[in-house]
Amino acid sequence: MKRETGMEERIDHRIICGMIQEGATILDLGCGNGDLMSTLSREKHASVQGIELNDEAVQRCVEKGLTVFHGDIESGLADYPDGSFDDVILNQSLQEVKKVDFIIEESLRVGKRVIVGFPNFAHIISRSTLFFRGKTPVTHALPHSWDETPDVRFLSIRDFEDFCRSKGLRVLEEVYLGVHRTITCCPNLFARNAIYVLSRQDGA
Amino acid sequence: MSVNRDDFVETNHLAFALPPDMLSLESGRKLGPVTLAYETYGRLNDERSNAILVCHALSGDAHAAGYHQGDKDPGWWDALIGPGKAFDTDRFFVICSNVVGGCKGSTGPSSINPETGKPYALDFPFITVGDMVNAQRHLVDHLGIERLLAVVGGSMGGMQVLQWVSAYPEQLRSAIPIATALKHSPQQIAFNEVVRQSIMGDPDWRKGDYYGHGQPRNGLSVARMIGHITYMSDSSMETKFSRRLKNEGYGFSMENDFEVEGYLRYRGDSFVKRFDANSYLYITKAMDYFDLSGDSFLPGKQHVNAKFLIISFTSDWLYPSSQSMDIVRALKKRRIAATYCELKSTWGHDAFLVEVEEETRLIKNFLRSLPAAPPELHGASPGSPNHEIAVENKESRRAS
Repeated sequence: MKRETGMEERIDHRIICGMIQEGATILDLGCGNGDLMSTLSREKHASVQGIELNDEAVQRCVEKGLTVFHGDIESGLADYPDGSFDDVILNQSLQEVKKVDFIIEESLRVGKRVIVGFPNFAHIISRSTLFFRGKTPVTHALPHSWDETPDVRFLSIRDFEDFCRSKGLRVLEEVYLGVHRTITCCPNLFARNAIYVLSRQDGA
Repeated sequence: MSVNRDDFVETNHLAFALPPDMLSLESGRKLGPVTLAYETYGRLNDERSNAILVCHALSGDAHAAGYHQGDKDPGWWDALIGPGKAFDTDRFFVICSNVVGGCKGSTGPSSINPETGKPYALDFPFITVGDMVNAQRHLVDHLGIERLLAVVGGSMGGMQVLQWVSAYPEQLRSAIPIATALKHSPQQIAFNEVVRQSIMGDPDWRKGDYYGHGQPRNGLSVARMIGHITYMSDSSMETKFSRRLKNEGYGFSMENDFEVEGYLRYRGDSFVKRFDANSYLYITKAMDYFDLSGDSFLPGKQHVNAKFLIISFTSDWLYPSSQSMDIVRALKKRRIAATYCELKSTWGHDAFLVEVEEETRLIKNFLRSLPAAPPELHGASPGSPNHEIAVENKESRRAS
């Protein structure tokens, strides 16, 4: 199930909603309870569907009248024809997948753009927890202890930028989030979460 | 008519395809007249928009819910059909009919052949899942329903659901195939072949011409025992029987020692009393012929407006989740959105009949999200976001 990012109004949902065109077709990978899909459907009249592994979360999606595929992201992405969606969303789920490269590539095959939202491991609180207390950080954006976290990837904003550069991905837009608002100053130090809009280098 | 214990249900019969307007079968042969046994629960609304067709599995019948007068057991899916249940008969008009080829009131091998005045036996033409659905369509037309709100079924019932979507996509708003497959796999065909050989190897089968002599008891009983093994799972059998003995200590004889043996023999024997051996042969053959893989699923259709809810169960090894995911895959390739859910269960293939709670939750919410669903009479949740789907469907209709 998708983590709560600790932000009362889910500022990440608000930001992502602002990135979506009216009436777009959307695939939400790791859609959780379907809250983001509901928002996009209601506010952007988007045609949405999701993929989610958690049993209870799938039931919650169906409760909301949403279309959802029960399964893992990797197997769920296969078989969609190229360009099936305007946007593929990977919000707070990238850090939970093993084949990051494959997922991003597949997402860019089935969607024109990919919207990636992830917690920044290099946030100042994480850094100081690690440095001064010598402990694995547990923060608003990284709420699980080391033995309970579903995360298998721990990445910073700078890591992700390097990744995009090395894979030749085009960054169309990036937004850095604090607890209640977006931030611009030293994002790799002060942003708790980041949201990137990507396309292929040759794509629009 | 609601389905209460005090409120008995009755089986109705529809006769059609009277010669010369006989039912054309996939095999090229014709069948007529055809009788379909059917039951209905709930009330058809004035708009005729609340009808749900329930399709039964291999040994099922038209009696899906409620009680027949004098019976102590309700219909085979009574846990899901009735007031307040998944298929809420206070809101929906639920129809279930016995398949053509069956032996529970619909025309099948044990019916009288009007040309000879004797049971058809092996003169009965081979039927397919497509033929079953074509016959059901006559019933749906007869009931004055242009578009079904949903077609639902598990196992062979699920095959009929997929066949409905493929053959008459404009006649249904949603499809709920459960624990089923787009095509019968070699393993599934193999089990059916063993079942058939068991029946046909019994000398009492008499090349199908046993009417008047009694059923091929042993063959049919063993056939059903094989079936029951495939409907359970390793873990459900462990829970149900473990290695428990019927008596104290081993008998050192061929009498049944273990509870599981006794159970299978009991199920086999009781099946002989209620099901025609030739029907079992014909219907298993129809399942084996079923193949909607490749281009035969939704042939030539660019878009389908029907919404899909596909359900499988974790411990079902007879119709495994991979086969349900094949259905989703076929839909994805055609850019048709489908909800797929694999429910946790230890009950094997039987899960679709017994895993009531989670199945009910899923189906209830799915039906609630359909744009044409009639308003709920009780238990309505205020502000249920149906409009989201309404918008989504409007969009897709515009696109088609």
